[in-house]
Amino acid sequence: MNRGFLRDPRIYQILMLSGLLVLGWLARAFEISPSHAIAILVTACAMQWLGSVMIATRPDFKSATITALSLTLLLRADTVWPLIAAAAIAIGSKFTLRLGGKHIFNPANFAIVTMVLMSNAAWTTPGQWGTAIWLAALLAGIGFFITYRAARLDVPIIFMGTYAALLFGRAIWLGDPLAIPLLRLENGALILFAFFMISDPKTTPDGFIARCIFTSGAALLAYILTFHFYLTDGLFFSLAIMTVIRPVLEWLDPAPKYQWGDQIDIQNFIKRRFSKKLAVHQLPAE
Amino acid sequence: MNSTLKKTLFAATSALAAITLTTGAVAFCGFYVAKADTKLFNKASKVAIMRDGDKTVLTMANDYQGDLQDFAMVIPVPVVLEEEQIHVTDNAILDHLDAYTAPRLVEYFDEDPCQVVYRKDFSQPMEMAAGANDSEIRERDGFGVTVEAEYTVGEYDIQILSAEQSDGLSGWLVQNGYNLPDGAESTLESYIKQGTKFFVAKVNLEEQAETGLKYLRPLQVAFESPKFMLPIRLGTVNADGKQELFVFTLSREGRVETTNYRTVKLPTGMNIPTYVKEDFGPFYKAMFETQVQKENERAVFLEYAWDINWCDPCAADPLSQDELRELGVYWVGSDTSELQPRRPAPQIGQNVFVTRLHVSYDADHFPEDLMFKQTGDRSNFQGRYVLRHPYRGDATCEAAEQYHASLPKRFEQEAQSLANLTGWNIDTIRDTMNEKGQDFEKPVDDSWWKRIWDNDPKDG
Repeated sequence: MNRGFLRDPRIYQILMLSGLLVLGWLARAFEISPSHAIAILVTACAMQWLGSVMIATRPDFKSATITALSLTLLLRADTVWPLIAAAAIAIGSKFTLRLGGKHIFNPANFAIVTMVLMSNAAWTTPGQWGTAIWLAALLAGIGFFITYRAARLDVPIIFMGTYAALLFGRAIWLGDPLAIPLLRLENGALILFAFFMISDPKTTPDGFIARCIFTSGAALLAYILTFHFYLTDGLFFSLAIMTVIRPVLEWLDPAPKYQWGDQIDIQNFIKRRFSKKLAVHQLPAE
Repeated sequence: MNSTLKKTLFAATSALAAITLTTGAVAFCGFYVAKADTKLFNKASKVAIMRDGDKTVLTMANDYQGDLQDFAMVIPVPVVLEEEQIHVTDNAILDHLDAYTAPRLVEYFDEDPCQVVYRKDFSQPMEMAAGANDSEIRERDGFGVTVEAEYTVGEYDIQILSAEQSDGLSGWLVQNGYNLPDGAESTLESYIKQGTKFFVAKVNLEEQAETGLKYLRPLQVAFESPKFMLPIRLGTVNADGKQELFVFTLSREGRVETTNYRTVKLPTGMNIPTYVKEDFGPFYKAMFETQVQKENERAVFLEYAWDINWCDPCAADPLSQDELRELGVYWVGSDTSELQPRRPAPQIGQNVFVTRLHVSYDADHFPEDLMFKQTGDRSNFQGRYVLRHPYRGDATCEAAEQYHASLPKRFEQEAQSLANLTGWNIDTIRDTMNEKGQDFEKPVDDSWWKRIWDNDPKDG
């Protein structure tokens, strides 16, 4: 196994999500049959292969596997067909809905939103994870970021921070016990969303400021859709909306595009960002 | 209103059940023998919710046992209700829905082992895909409280309130003779800030006397709101101990689950000792309590999810179209025939999916109201427990020897299942089984520690 392979954070992500899936199965928290999981995986990989052939590149199945695992963890259906459709929509969107050399939507997110909006044959199950799996997801998410994506740790921190602040603010304003926002935060789908979906570097802005606006905007939107429009899937809608706005944010705060395996070193990153400002301030002193 | 009257405030609704329910009926693969309905529980509330898009009809049954003139209920609702949106219905309909969806006990009788070639494993849970035929299923006072409207509906006097301040509302309630439990004010404040309206229902004694009934009938409200939830917080304020709530949802799409609490399926399909037939009530209660503890007292339990056209085995007949309409299912036509849909074959039709949820709640474990979502899940689920009576006739073939030899192991498994489900003592279960005709040798306890100290004279 070469070093580059291990450096790819997607390997770790695949391991973590598979681990969560197995844990959820064992704890009977997820009611999804292995055959459904396999159908999602096979469809996603087949679509990835098809897409790669059409644009004449070598197929890489790691991202497709991650998308398949996310769908397996988050989406439910009575029969296998809505899940196959979701997997096809997810990977299909990567090859067809593109702007500026990047796909617009997070594939799993786009598939979930499309399926939920278009039919009632597939649904999400927020709140079905239970404390143990929720904790496991949280640890996996934190571990993932500390190990591989330190420079993008801002995304889950800002998202969870903003969302938690809104929940606690609401509880304080309403005079509710704080047990209510805590209950809302103990949600497996929320953790998975924060650490493994919204933080996908391919569909978050590369510029730090744009990313902050993108992430906190998604949290605010998720809060509004959930608590003022009573949409149980507000979380997923919020990311879909923000990814549509993303090109504007990137135009305002341009930055080099992320490649898989890039180790964005946070120190270099901070140096690069602040050195400009330092230079500006130091100029008159020269 | 008599302001000296001190009324007790109830915020949760409860069941007052008193009706004879259907007796055992034959189903295609077993005999249905008993059900565990909501009457087993004290302080049990029953709420039926029809939900279709934003359209909602709540039917709330209370088991109020005190003096009727002291009865008052404050119910948070998302919108101001008109008189036509409030209705009173019969207890019998909710009781029927309760009986139809109740966890059930079924029994099978082993056949002569010398003649049986194929024996089905009956312990599988009865989860089947739904039938393919499912097509898609004024005046303002000093408190800042406005009594938007007052109606008398059935035996209830209803006041629709809108308030801007919780202290205003609580002051108004106190001044109007209601006992407000401690801690209710902050909950009222939270509701008011969320734009919630309230109505107060109390008993109109004259109208009540005219009904000739000794109990209060369920109150119904119909409204449109994007909020799909059931307010339980006011009910936890003055509760002593836990309360039992049964929620029956009627929808077109499929199963309903809670989004802010885990919805867990009740264990189902187990073979248990035959003597439970006499104790199904205690069994069910013990099992439910054990499951509640297993989920750290924080789960909502799914007890039934089924297309309302049929059942198998049936704890009660499916509801008629008239009953469904009464519960708010506006899309079914009224009954044209006297015949009710019968089990077991799925029928074309009414496109109503029923979900029965059971929650044992208090403020510590359920701080927030129950938030629901409708899923597209139309797979069937029921709480069903199986009794298998061994063959007692003469049988002297080779197969019979094997059959008799297999029984102790089977009985032991049944004892273990029962102990696991209920937390009852396994030895007591084995003894009772022996007393009640399922006789078998207790397995030898060969724990390693027994083997070390078994013959130690110091133990006496």
